[in-house]
Amino acid sequence: MRTIFILLRKEFLQLFRDRFIGRAIFAIPIVQMLILVPAITYEIRNIRICVVDLDQSVDSRNLINQLDGTSFFEIRHTSFSEMQANRLMLEGKTDLTLQIPEDFGKDIGNGNPAKLMVSVNAINASNAQLAWGYFSGVIREYNNSLIAGNTEILRFQSIPRIEVTNRYWYNETMNYKFYMLPGVLGILVAAIGFVLAGLNMVKEKESGTIEQINVTPVKKYQFIAAKMIPYLLVGLVDLALGISIGMLAFNMPFEGNPLLLFLSSFIFLIGALGLALFISTITRTQQQFMFAGFFFLIIFMLMSGIFTPFDSMPEWAREINRLNPVSYIMRINRMVMLKGATFGDIRNDILSLTILSVMFTLFAIRKYRKTA
Amino acid sequence: MKRFLGFVKKEFIHIFRDYLTMIILFGIPAILVLLFGFVISMELKNIRVGVLDLSRDEVTQKITDKICSSGFFERGKDLAGYHELGATLRGGKTKAILIFGEDFSQRLLSEGTAAISIITDGSEPNVATQTTNFITAIIGDYNRELAQTDMPGTLLVSPEVRMFYNPTLKSQFMFVPGVITMIMILICALMTSITLTREKEFGTMEALLASPLKPAQIIIGKVVPYFFLSLIDAILILLLSWLVFGLAVKGSILLLLAELMLYILMSLSLGILVSSIAKTMQQAIFVTLVGGMLPTVLLSGFIVPIESMPEIYQWISAILPPRYFIVILKNIMIKGTGLAFVWKETLILVSFTAFFIVISLRSFKTRLQ
Amino acid sequence: MGTEKENIITVRNLVKKFGSFIANDNLSFEVKKGEIFGFLGANGAGKTTAVRILCGLSAPTSGEVKVAGFDIYGETEKIKRNIGYMSQKFSLYEDLTVSENIRLFGGIYGISSREIREKQEILLNRLGMNALRNKLIAGLPLGWKQKLAFSIAIFHQPRIVFLDEPTGGVDPIARRQFWEMIYEASSEGITVFVTTHYMDEAEYCDRISIMSDGKIMALDTPAELKRIYTARSVEEVFVKIARPDKN
Repeated sequence: MRTIFILLRKEFLQLFRDRFIGRAIFAIPIVQMLILVPAITYEIRNIRICVVDLDQSVDSRNLINQLDGTSFFEIRHTSFSEMQANRLMLEGKTDLTLQIPEDFGKDIGNGNPAKLMVSVNAINASNAQLAWGYFSGVIREYNNSLIAGNTEILRFQSIPRIEVTNRYWYNETMNYKFYMLPGVLGILVAAIGFVLAGLNMVKEKESGTIEQINVTPVKKYQFIAAKMIPYLLVGLVDLALGISIGMLAFNMPFEGNPLLLFLSSFIFLIGALGLALFISTITRTQQQFMFAGFFFLIIFMLMSGIFTPFDSMPEWAREINRLNPVSYIMRINRMVMLKGATFGDIRNDILSLTILSVMFTLFAIRKYRKTA
Repeated sequence: MKRFLGFVKKEFIHIFRDYLTMIILFGIPAILVLLFGFVISMELKNIRVGVLDLSRDEVTQKITDKICSSGFFERGKDLAGYHELGATLRGGKTKAILIFGEDFSQRLLSEGTAAISIITDGSEPNVATQTTNFITAIIGDYNRELAQTDMPGTLLVSPEVRMFYNPTLKSQFMFVPGVITMIMILICALMTSITLTREKEFGTMEALLASPLKPAQIIIGKVVPYFFLSLIDAILILLLSWLVFGLAVKGSILLLLAELMLYILMSLSLGILVSSIAKTMQQAIFVTLVGGMLPTVLLSGFIVPIESMPEIYQWISAILPPRYFIVILKNIMIKGTGLAFVWKETLILVSFTAFFIVISLRSFKTRLQ
Repeated sequence: MGTEKENIITVRNLVKKFGSFIANDNLSFEVKKGEIFGFLGANGAGKTTAVRILCGLSAPTSGEVKVAGFDIYGETEKIKRNIGYMSQKFSLYEDLTVSENIRLFGGIYGISSREIREKQEILLNRLGMNALRNKLIAGLPLGWKQKLAFSIAIFHQPRIVFLDEPTGGVDPIARRQFWEMIYEASSEGITVFVTTHYMDEAEYCDRISIMSDGKIMALDTPAELKRIYTARSVEEVFVKIARPDKN
């Protein structure tokens, strides 16, 4: 036990001796949380529209007004030429072009089906679909108002109609910050320890100091423990800082038990650090570690479901995610912070995460050989 | 010059001998392309919808079927009563619950209206809003069917949609330019900054400086291999996305290559700049990886569209070079436009490059004195 | 010489291969307790490989090795309690101070904090480094770093200390001072196993072995070797062994 304390003292001295790193490990998460969390939103506002109204009738103007009245659309340009409208889209100045053909009003007046031409910039496919979805919604309303206007005589009441009401639980106001914060926090907390612990280990290899340790009777697990504990503590402090920022700066709700959150993060950090140390035992230089580390970080991050819906991934990808510690902590963080999940709710996730963490750490201890 | 070429050759051999780095260097782009191609998408799929149907009649059945067969949703748990709502949503598997009140179809017939409630799990707002929108639209369709059967031949305005630049709505069109942009800046900026800092940390820079090579030659020599490596990487990604997703370059390939080289040059000079500031490799890596990765991924328009960010972030993102390169790539690759459409962004990248070089030259000089 | 001393290191038919490259080709030798054993050879002769095996840093391909009475297969941790090691790649922690390094390595070997403090005072006084105790290793001149590294390698009073090219890159005066420290350690009963490619240093050893291309070509006292090879210095012996064709 004394050996671990002696090694720990060394690690802490080294960690904070580099003043830059000693500060950065706390400053970077704070700054990133403050800056990044509010930046991320998938809400699309202000879909920029160019209207080519070749009809100029009362009906076409009604439709345009209806579009302009919604919060999603903003009519940026009006034009009388399809070519010009296309050009605007090519230049990236509009997202959607609505072309109203000449006979639009006449067709409606005559009771004929009327057509509209809509062009959407679809490079961002999901945004295009959303924009199209909103647009269709407006048209539906417009149709309904037409039907209502025409059927007053036919007693509108007789047409059955289903009303939809909806509520968003756990995040009534659809605040994206509440969604992003637990995720970003999970990644930041892991990334800091992951990168530093791994680099630290490889650096000992590169500079040869690890040899000096290897000829001493220090046990493998002691050395690995001394490499993990400092970053484990840093991670937990960063977590506490992050949560405080969330609550103070963004009014983040915290429904669940903080202890449960810290417990899961603790397990998660062991996994992240174990993996980092494992990678560092199979790499020779800091450069190699950084590459291998980046490789894992980016895959773990992108597959975790932090930016994209988890359920939309194909089955096999969801299976692979069972090996991804980030995907567990992402879920756990959100569930505990936003939904007030209890231990019972996240028992399975915690269990899997624990198995994963123990596995990674054992790998690291096994692979770290005092004898080459 | 001959000496210089010899030095460059030595650096090349150095990098190629490092198998692990080589594997990762070419593995990362391949994996990322495949990840974005097959795994990650914003589209709604397999979303589990629970149903609390207190009426259990023909109409509710029909609506439920219609929703669950739409391709976006999966039929989840059937709830027995309101008391199960909390536990079901909290469990996290079910993302939305559809609630039909009692005597649904009877009310629809007698009162002419009946209400469906959708409760969604707002802890994932994008899933929640999309789910609500889709379900609302499906119910809207059903309403129209009701109206139509009641009054055949009702006139309707029907919009006809064309999806520009990406008619089949492939999400890869959004991601491929982003992946190229990220990979290039990673390899160039990170690799060069680390290689150069390494020389500094291990004291080998002094030895090199004492050699007859000029400082500029040393830096260029160290940087040239990465220039080619990242160019190869970019071409690899382009080839992969062409072969796998059929994403062919629409515009001029020559222009694309020229822009790629400009961007690589910019990233290399950024790397040199970082190396002139960082004291140790650890610092260089920590700053670029931990401090730089998330902001670049999030703020450059790679994942989150810049237009939907709050205004202040649009300003922050203006100082991130990747942002401009993504625009350039999208224009040339997908829209097929020429220099006339991207000259502004190109000019900005040129200025970034010049700026980085001037600053690093300055700090390099003061360090030598 | 008189009574035959016991062997503290025994090596029988040691072979170490890296792929098809044979770094140590069938080495056999003994080191006696208390002696200063010189391990000579040109760069790349396989000295470092052998030292690393003896220290338990690297596993042999085949052969028997016993160090301090323990077997190299399976008892490396016991060996490690009884040895000190200083490598050519200077390996104290550069970002820790002199005193922090002493406390770290002393503590690892289980020396109590009080004893570490006491011994540190003596050590620093002797090295004349009292004023530098709170200086980072990174800022010390190489000669001092090496003296300190050696002192730390024997701080826990090991039975054997392995020195791998300890004097690489320092001036002759510093090397002389370093060898004085080696003698001092030897007089305290520590067996010294030292590799070097400086032939003048070989003269300071009790016995030397000369390696070339992974093999031990000769092993005896410096005086005896000079007699056998009719040479005036170990350097001459070495030249004759390493390049027999020129003679």
